[in-house]
Amino acid sequence: MKRSMQIFTRPWIWSWLAAAVVFAMTLALTGADGATGLAYAALSFGSFAAIVGLGQMLVMTLGPGNVDLSIPATMTLAATLGLKVMNSEPGNAMLGLGVALLAGLLTGGMNVLLIFLLRLPPIIATLAASLVYQSVAIWSNRGLRIKPPEALADFATGRLIGVPNVAWVALVLSIIIWIVLERSLWGRWLLASGQNMRAARLAGVPVQAVRAVTYIAVALLASVAGYLLASFSGGAALNMGSEYLLMSIAVVVIGGTSVAGGFSNVPGIWGASLFMFLVVSMLNSYGAGAGLRMVLTGTIIIFIVIAASSRRGRL
Amino acid sequence: MQTKYRILLPVISLAVLLAATFWMQPRTMSYFGVNLLFNLAVPIALATIAQMMIIMVNDIDLGMGAFVSLVACVVATFLHDTPVLGTFMLIGLILSYAAMGALIHRLELPAIVVTLGMSFVWGGLALFILPSPGGASPGWLRALMTSKPPLMPMAVVAAILISIVTHLLIMRSGIGTVLRGVGGNTRAVQRAGWSVIWLKALAYGLAGLFAVLAGMALVGLTTSADANIALRYTLLSIAGVILGGGEFIGGKVSPTGAVIGALTLTLASSFLNFMRLNPDWQIGAQGAILILVLTARLLFAKREVRT
Repeated sequence: MKRSMQIFTRPWIWSWLAAAVVFAMTLALTGADGATGLAYAALSFGSFAAIVGLGQMLVMTLGPGNVDLSIPATMTLAATLGLKVMNSEPGNAMLGLGVALLAGLLTGGMNVLLIFLLRLPPIIATLAASLVYQSVAIWSNRGLRIKPPEALADFATGRLIGVPNVAWVALVLSIIIWIVLERSLWGRWLLASGQNMRAARLAGVPVQAVRAVTYIAVALLASVAGYLLASFSGGAALNMGSEYLLMSIAVVVIGGTSVAGGFSNVPGIWGASLFMFLVVSMLNSYGAGAGLRMVLTGTIIIFIVIAASSRRGRL
Repeated sequence: MQTKYRILLPVISLAVLLAATFWMQPRTMSYFGVNLLFNLAVPIALATIAQMMIIMVNDIDLGMGAFVSLVACVVATFLHDTPVLGTFMLIGLILSYAAMGALIHRLELPAIVVTLGMSFVWGGLALFILPSPGGASPGWLRALMTSKPPLMPMAVVAAILISIVTHLLIMRSGIGTVLRGVGGNTRAVQRAGWSVIWLKALAYGLAGLFAVLAGMALVGLTTSADANIALRYTLLSIAGVILGGGEFIGGKVSPTGAVIGALTLTLASSFLNFMRLNPDWQIGAQGAILILVLTARLLFAKREVRT
């Protein structure tokens, strides 16, 4: 097969193609002038989806039944605690990040405890635990909306060489995860555990340790996303994470990561994150109402999944 | 966990929680008290049974809440205004659920993603029908849900009825056994000459049917609907199935357990109300109860290993 054709066998190409098509269709209506603005917005909002998507991807790589439903609660809790400790005072940005990461570490650790010590199925463990995290967030928030320190807010909404800062952060995280997955021993262990847990265990892979680290990693990524999102949008809100539950799973699957586990796909996450934002803005600019927009989003998601799976069947 | 013990734990957890509620608030120990405690359990129990049908064939439905919301919107508008059209729409919804099951099987799609995508479709349709909260319950439905049968409150009668019917259907009937077989060993069922695609369509169709009943029961109780009315049912129904002793894989489910699981979840929130817990902690305490009950399951499983 020629190299130029080979690119179409990559699982991530479909999400990028879909994003490009939607991008072009939006511009066909609004005119080419809006191109930079639209791309900028897609990169900003897509970054948050990409960060949580990366985490969900790691977990789903562990195989069927592995999914983290506590991502929204972790995002909210980390953002709430982070902003609370910063108390809008300048110079506290790193302290806030530290507290947010600590919150992520705690929720991730709690999830691991429930999954391993109590041997609960991950779906139900993260679901039950997320109710507890949500309560802690409500309790510590008390309906106050604390603004992020000005410098941090400027950073989160600012740009470097024309690209949003949040996108740079997400990009750096993606590259780190990509390298870890493709080049490090731990990454190989993760993929091996996802492909066949029993075989991996017999081959000497510390499967349980790999799973534990993965569930903590997803919580840390969620807390970074929550911290950035709160800084970006001027404060933590109790429902700020809610749309990221479905988003994180959708992004992973559209991005071409196998739901059966064992195969990760970092570039696909980005294509899918941009696509998810672009499709909504396209439907918006075509004047679709909220109902129609949701119906079309759902239909498009299903068609992409069908396209991706039938292509797999042919290969 | 052995099949005959599967039902024990859900029964015990419900009994303990019920005893605790009666002890804290003795006045609930009456016809009206029990009715009040379990009133909202009927739609949740039906949704849990619907989720169980999907989990029975090794899939999971993340669009259940959105679908029940859509049904509620249809019931509160079309079924109320034009009963014939409304009935056809509900039948259409059940058939579309069956078609979704066939599609998932035929194209080997991950159910978690397809149902997730469909949840957008259901939610969008619901918004389309009822952009703002409203509608009204058909009179007969309202009368049925608020009727006061002798001896036992409606909620309890309904729960018993649901669990008997589904027990006969899933655990006792021939087709129920085959359906559970699809979850246990799909290939064996296929080799035995069954068409798995039809079986999957049947399981999903049954899920659709019970979800439609859940939406109807919900409107009968609340007398109006909105597009987000039942979104939390997705997680509640999954939790109810697992609380009731079901497992995510292997076709190991228990209809009676699922109904009891749904009752336990409903009671848990009433119980927390009676405890006068700081409202901030209500959701968290519900999560904690869930974890506690599931931990008890571990003790059962361990004892079995030892004996």
